[in-house]
Amino acid sequence: MRYLERRLIHAMLLLIGASVLCFLLSDLAPGSFFDEMKLNPQISPETVAALRSQYGFDQPLPVRYGRWLKSVLKGEWGYSFAYNATVTSLLVVRARNTLLLTALSTLLAWLIAVPFGVWVAYRSGRWHDRLSMAGTSLLLSVPELVVVLGLLYLVIRTHALPVGGMVSVGFDQLGPWARMGDLAMHLVIPVTALVLASLPILVRHVRASMMEVLKAPFIQAARGHGIGQARLLFRYALPAAANPLISLFGLSVAGLLSGSLLVEVITGWPGLGPLLLEASMSRDFYVVIGVVMSSTLFMIFGNLLADVMLVVADPRVRAE
Amino acid sequence: MGTEQDKRAIKPALVKTSALSKQYVQRAPFSRKKFVIDALTEVDLEIAPGCMTALVGESGSGKSTLASCLAMLETPDRGEIWFEGDRISCWDSGKLAPLRPKIQMVFQDSAGALNPGFTAAEIIEEPLEIQRRESGRRLRARACELMGEVGLSPDWADRWPLEFSGGQRQRLAIARAIALKPAFLILDESLSGLDLSTQSQILNLLLDLQTAHSLTYLLISHDLSLVGQVADFVAVMHQGRIVERGPRQQVFTSPQHAHTRELLGSVRILESAFRTAQAGGRQ
Repeated sequence: MRYLERRLIHAMLLLIGASVLCFLLSDLAPGSFFDEMKLNPQISPETVAALRSQYGFDQPLPVRYGRWLKSVLKGEWGYSFAYNATVTSLLVVRARNTLLLTALSTLLAWLIAVPFGVWVAYRSGRWHDRLSMAGTSLLLSVPELVVVLGLLYLVIRTHALPVGGMVSVGFDQLGPWARMGDLAMHLVIPVTALVLASLPILVRHVRASMMEVLKAPFIQAARGHGIGQARLLFRYALPAAANPLISLFGLSVAGLLSGSLLVEVITGWPGLGPLLLEASMSRDFYVVIGVVMSSTLFMIFGNLLADVMLVVADPRVRAE
Repeated sequence: MGTEQDKRAIKPALVKTSALSKQYVQRAPFSRKKFVIDALTEVDLEIAPGCMTALVGESGSGKSTLASCLAMLETPDRGEIWFEGDRISCWDSGKLAPLRPKIQMVFQDSAGALNPGFTAAEIIEEPLEIQRRESGRRLRARACELMGEVGLSPDWADRWPLEFSGGQRQRLAIARAIALKPAFLILDESLSGLDLSTQSQILNLLLDLQTAHSLTYLLISHDLSLVGQVADFVAVMHQGRIVERGPRQQVFTSPQHAHTRELLGSVRILESAFRTAQAGGRQ
């Protein structure tokens, strides 16, 4: 328990540090949301100045940071100039959409990678293994962008799936089952792209750690006791190979909010990706910070989760 | 010496190999060149029941490969293995399965030989569970009984392997190996890496167990002085071949092969140096 307390305090400090850095870097970026207003002849300079002071942009940075902290405590996370709404209200909807996408693809990727990685490790050196290694190398070397564009190209040529967005026009008129179906059809491309992007890394890690463990004498001993193949692989070897995989799983969780930004932008998925892009382009200061901070929060949470899982899973880690 | 030879003459060998060969082929990365390592070449070995046969040789001489083949963890390329009069080298894995409990192995690296995620009791229960010998509460009771037999307190049943010392871990590995009541126990450098007093304690334990369970041992070691204390028969391996075998006395007093003489020579030098050091330490 002391361990968890220490880790939580650590996490808080990390968050504060990240937010300070975020503020500093955003402030260094040239231009502000109000600069564009100045170019508009219909808005008087007085109005712009009034807006600036309303949002506190005439104040020095530390004061703005203090105000932002206060709004974080209120649960607002600042205010979006472009959307005229609190950042929280924007983030919640967008993060939900992103999480739907990433949680699904992460789950799928792990569900495929673990049994597949175990199998190729067990068959290491045979042609299945070589083929899968060549396949994963290929997938690793192709950028995510190309994968998504390739998928989009295929889908557009075959008209097999809807392209772009999260739901079709007229979604609200559909019944509950039809809605689910429509959403599922829209999920196919971004989820496939994300799974293909993360799968080779996961498979290779599972394979490598399993191969290491399968050489261990205790596995030989179990074979000598006449253990069945499935039990050997999944009850003996996999738990012993789990440590690096748990850390990797932590990274997967850490990337839940930040891992799909590019894919979202290309496929028009209304998640955090397009929001971050728009907000950065228009210098919607607090929205950018909100997105970055929520990703950071997940990053910290994912790593914390992995560390706690390691302690639970491995008596050797517990002993330290 | 006479009695040893009598023993061998009366009883047929428990384990026998004839012309056993095993090659490993390694390929260098980014190259078509292959390296062929002859781990075993035409190995003929007979292991008399109820005796301790020692297999000695330098590291890389093929001792562990031979052990793995005898434990059915590796398949030899050519040659035959006989166990209790059956030619098991031509059996498939299904037919071998009921035989596995009879041949058990204790490894050198006691830390690696025990599943780090299992407690001491679970480690000993593992083979019993796999072979469905015991279940439920009886499983646990049997594990504690075996811990007692190898000199570990049953109070330690819930400890993790890392909480034991090297010698205690090796005792745990021995308890696991004898759980299935094997006939043949392969000790693959099981005593190496332990300090001398622990070594002799474990050795005494092994000798007690041999009497209690009428076990046949194959003791694999590079340590000739250890072998000289306990083995009934000695086989010397060199570059994948058995270059000399016979009763211990005969091999030690009149070694025929140059390599055996070499091994014995280096041991004598070490031994005398060691005795002096030990004598100095005691004072």
